[in-house]
Amino acid sequence: MKVVVQAEAFDPYEEVRRYEQTLEKGKHGGVVTFVGTMRDFNDGQDVVAMSLDHYPGMTEKHIEQVCAEAEQRWDVMDSLVVHRYGDMYPSEPIVLVAVWSAHRAEAFDACRFIINYLKERAPFWKRETTPAGEKRWVEHNTRDPKAEVNDVVAPARADN
Amino acid sequence: MNIKVRFFASMRDRMGRDEEVVAVSDGATVADVWARVSNGQAMPASTLIAVNMEYTDASAALKDGDELAFFPPVTGG
Repeated sequence: MKVVVQAEAFDPYEEVRRYEQTLEKGKHGGVVTFVGTMRDFNDGQDVVAMSLDHYPGMTEKHIEQVCAEAEQRWDVMDSLVVHRYGDMYPSEPIVLVAVWSAHRAEAFDACRFIINYLKERAPFWKRETTPAGEKRWVEHNTRDPKAEVNDVVAPARADN
Repeated sequence: MNIKVRFFASMRDRMGRDEEVVAVSDGATVADVWARVSNGQAMPASTLIAVNMEYTDASAALKDGDELAFFPPVTGG
């Protein structure tokens, strides 16, 4: 398992290729990847730039926890997560989740679990810049409508 | 006992600062510290709370040296 939180832009496909070279040859039957990229629109408005704030230390800790949980729940060989923070622009990759497994079902399920859990719990916050230069915090993420809700427990809010 | 309090994202804007250290009496909870740092403002309903980088709630008891963070719902990924 490898988790990287970095400000620098990255090429997710190069990250997958490089990490796969460190894995034992011939043991995995597939890799499922999710690459999250920045849109140039959100909530009906154009977006020209975004800044991602995070809680250093807590982000890595929680992403590592979710990868460890995925590796326990499914027959997964290895996983890699790269997530950016700081300033970024439309079409740039924000996050990579890659999961290697002997069989595809486990890799698909584990990859989906990791990205959904990350979006619920990893302490990152998006702040968008509109074409007029207005900066606004994104107040909530959209949920994966197919997420198994019982699999991804949102942290308790102050009002519950 | 001393508690390091941190604010992130829109909570940092709302509170006008990144962090501070507050001295509270033994047995203080997260809610007690919020009352100290917030100048009487109610905690926004969607606030998330972490102590030493683990999620918890406002009733959690604190101990000397804890790092307590308040922040809005997370929007990574």
